Amino acid sequence: MAAPGVAATDLEVVRGKRAALFFAAVAILLGLPLWWKTTETYRAPLPYSQISGLNALQLRLMVPVTVVFTRESVPLDDQEKLPFTVVQEREIPLKYKMKIKCLFQKAYRRALEHEEAALSLGSMKEAEAMLAKSQKQAEGSLTVYVISEHSSLLPQDMMSYIGPERTAVVRGIMHREALNIVGHQVIQVAQAMSLTEDVLAAALSDHLPEDKWSSDKRRPLKSSLGYEITFSLLNPDPKSHDVHWDIEGAVQRYVQPFLSALSAVGNFSVDSQILYYAVLGVNPRFDPASSSYYLAAHSLPHVINPVESRLGSSAASLYPVLNFLLYVPELAHSPLYIQDKDGAPVATNAFHSPRWGGIMIYNVDPTAYNASELPVRVEVEMVRVMEVFLAQLRLLFGIAQPQMPPKCLFSGPKSEGLTTWELDQLLWARSVENLATATTTLTSLAQLLGKISNIVIKDDVASEVYSAVAAVQKAAEELASGHLASAFIASQEAVTSSERAFFDPSLLHLLYFPDDQKFAIYIPLFLPMAVPILLSLVKIFLETRKSWKKPEKID
Amino acid sequence: MVAACLPREGLRPLAGWLLLLSVGSVAAGRIEDQTEQFFRSGHTNNWAVLVCTSRFWFNYRHVANTLSVYRSVKRLGIPDSHIVLMLADDMACNPRNPKPATVFSHKNMELNVYGDDVEVDYRSYEVTVENFLRVLTGRIPSSTPRSKRLLSDDRSNILIYMTGHGGNGFLKFQDSEEITNIELADAFEQMWQKRRYNELLFIIDTCQGASMYERFYSPNIMALASSQVGEDSLSHQPDPAIGVHLMDRYTFYVLEFLEEINPASQTNMNDLFQVCPRSLCVSTPGHRTDLFQRDPKNVLITDFFGSVRKVEITTETISLQPDLEITESSYKKDRMDEELMEPLKYAEQLPVAQIIHQKPKLKDWHPPGGFILGLWALIIMVFFKTYGIKHMKFIF
Repeated sequence: MAAPGVAATDLEVVRGKRAALFFAAVAILLGLPLWWKTTETYRAPLPYSQISGLNALQLRLMVPVTVVFTRESVPLDDQEKLPFTVVQEREIPLKYKMKIKCLFQKAYRRALEHEEAALSLGSMKEAEAMLAKSQKQAEGSLTVYVISEHSSLLPQDMMSYIGPERTAVVRGIMHREALNIVGHQVIQVAQAMSLTEDVLAAALSDHLPEDKWSSDKRRPLKSSLGYEITFSLLNPDPKSHDVHWDIEGAVQRYVQPFLSALSAVGNFSVDSQILYYAVLGVNPRFDPASSSYYLAAHSLPHVINPVESRLGSSAASLYPVLNFLLYVPELAHSPLYIQDKDGAPVATNAFHSPRWGGIMIYNVDPTAYNASELPVRVEVEMVRVMEVFLAQLRLLFGIAQPQMPPKCLFSGPKSEGLTTWELDQLLWARSVENLATATTTLTSLAQLLGKISNIVIKDDVASEVYSAVAAVQKAAEELASGHLASAFIASQEAVTSSERAFFDPSLLHLLYFPDDQKFAIYIPLFLPMAVPILLSLVKIFLETRKSWKKPEKID
Repeated sequence: MVAACLPREGLRPLAGWLLLLSVGSVAAGRIEDQTEQFFRSGHTNNWAVLVCTSRFWFNYRHVANTLSVYRSVKRLGIPDSHIVLMLADDMACNPRNPKPATVFSHKNMELNVYGDDVEVDYRSYEVTVENFLRVLTGRIPSSTPRSKRLLSDDRSNILIYMTGHGGNGFLKFQDSEEITNIELADAFEQMWQKRRYNELLFIIDTCQGASMYERFYSPNIMALASSQVGEDSLSHQPDPAIGVHLMDRYTFYVLEFLEEINPASQTNMNDLFQVCPRSLCVSTPGHRTDLFQRDPKNVLITDFFGSVRKVEITTETISLQPDLEITESSYKKDRMDEELMEPLKYAEQLPVAQIIHQKPKLKDWHPPGGFILGLWALIIMVFFKTYGIKHMKFIF
């Protein structure tokens, strides 16, 4: 009876071993991968290779220039060669990881009849008026007219002229190397009107490594989809001054044309307010020499802070806010002047702070106090005020005074205060800045995903990333083919999509689980199951080893 | 011999000139350095994120800590729009507060730091780890108002102050959750990747506070803590009238230090490191500057606690043509408009007069509803069950 019992136990033992092995197999082969897969953070696939390719993107900015030759501007045999196209490349030396090349595509051609007629008129204004009627130019492109050496359109000593629209005039020359010389001049003029190193350096000032303090001065506003402009009148002494300003009229007459000229850059909204009993944070000092009060240059930085809390700029909108303050000093501190570093009073009596706005001090005319009793009615001269505010607005946007090539006549800005090619310069700068920002955001996102393994990427975030990458590539292509308007729009899309992807609230979905917390969660679940399996595996292994050794021993 | 001597003699005045020149240039360089120092930080705006992670009456001191730092930061110039204040805000109106609507930071009720212009951005149960991390990383749902966002850019210096109860590697948020030092370090890394700060100063006043900055790995962060790992941060002084401790020691001495700072002062970070030595604080304050690129002695206190702007004098104007005719006509039009317009009044809202003088309406009588009927039926059934139906005759 022992034998069947032993056989039965043997069978049981074998069965037990097989059962244990199957358990172990299921747990390890099926369970472990299933657990691993289901506890992975969900990451929709992202185009990592394309994102890293964006860093090495070479930006080629093409400026299409049409050079129109009138009769007798260059020698005849040169005129025979027209029309043809020449492309000149220049690398912009910036210490930025993206290489930027500037291409001037000069298309030479002969002048048409009406252009000849226009350029033989007496004055530049008439010529421009007639030329402007014929064609409308795309953003970013320029037309340069080459007139003859002896033409009276330009004053004798001036070699070139830059107009408020996208046109310029250059004097031709009767020389063997006429085309080269004229070409060189055309490049100089075109550079002044489109892309210079300074424009791009200012645009990329946040991305360049570092001369922080030298580029401190010009720090233009960051590119954004829209801007909010607030005009505030500060009246600290309503008992003495009853100040009125026709801000609506001034905005309509002076500010709106400027903003509509800039409308390609973003949406603008304008509002205004009057604040009473708002004082500046600094006490002005009395200057007995001129019997007036002054604010020294080093105390200006402390002026803004106490006022800012009362401006209400945070309630306005999510767009960046530009504040322009007009301060009418109190009777006790009138007249008030701003002194610069050398102690001389500033002509405009105004100062501005980059990326914030500007403040102008408006002194009440002393003759107004003679006749009446307090409060004196003060009617603000909006023209003077708006001249300063619009100049500050230009500076805040980074539209600097243009650098003219030597012997060049500049017509001066249009009545809106902005020439068309300055707008083009702004669009170039903004496009480059947008591309730089979008590329940095996408690269940062990719790096973050590598470093922190708990960030979830949902499908809609992934689609934003794909569209951002596509928009960057499209913008680069459009810039290389010279279509500025569509390049700018594509670059704005790139920035919006990349920011939306980076700042999506769902990326914060999983808080971090440090290793000891992970162990604390999994051990009570897995240990009770794993211990018997492991122990039985160990037992099986030892017994198998023993049974291998046994036959050797017997033999 | 002569030839050998001559160069040496010639060299001496030359060496003298060279020395003078180098000293002169070093002196000029130093003067230029000092003027450049004002601009050296490279930031254009300042933000502050002040977090108090405790609630309940006995954690009064944490709220007083945070509010005192808030007051100093506002005094030194950072506006409310640039301060994100996260407080449980249950002290001033707590039923146990003997002086309602006040939070004092010095005993004998010298200084009320609550005041009447505190702007708390995240209050009560909104102070959670998730909201704090959302504020830092900027991953906020689009419906959040502007005052609750940290809209910093790559030229912002941010001050982050946290206080509450903490342990080795974690900080307790409102008795229900914790933030670990790794989460905080990852949040700062996310801020750095998106360039949401230029430089960051992190101050923490909790027990074992130094553990919270051990794991930082992003550049341009300077950290201060009130105590080392294994030490407790102690509170300063109880007030017998209020009945709780009013402030923590480290923050108390930091505040005394900040009282002497004004927006134009040139005090640097090395002085802040010396605040509250072991004799006064009992715990050992610590700091970490290895991730910071500038030397702490070049870093001004006002770089983080104050808000000094870069300004430029406007020297250029553009010329506009005044439209004189339009000015006059619009002026006249405005005057005419003003005279023609009716006197302003409020829109009709509630017809209050009618409501007040209304006679009370006679309500129509309705039979009792189902619930009342059912209740009475139940009562009657129970009565007759208990006492028997024969008692009905006494009713009818």
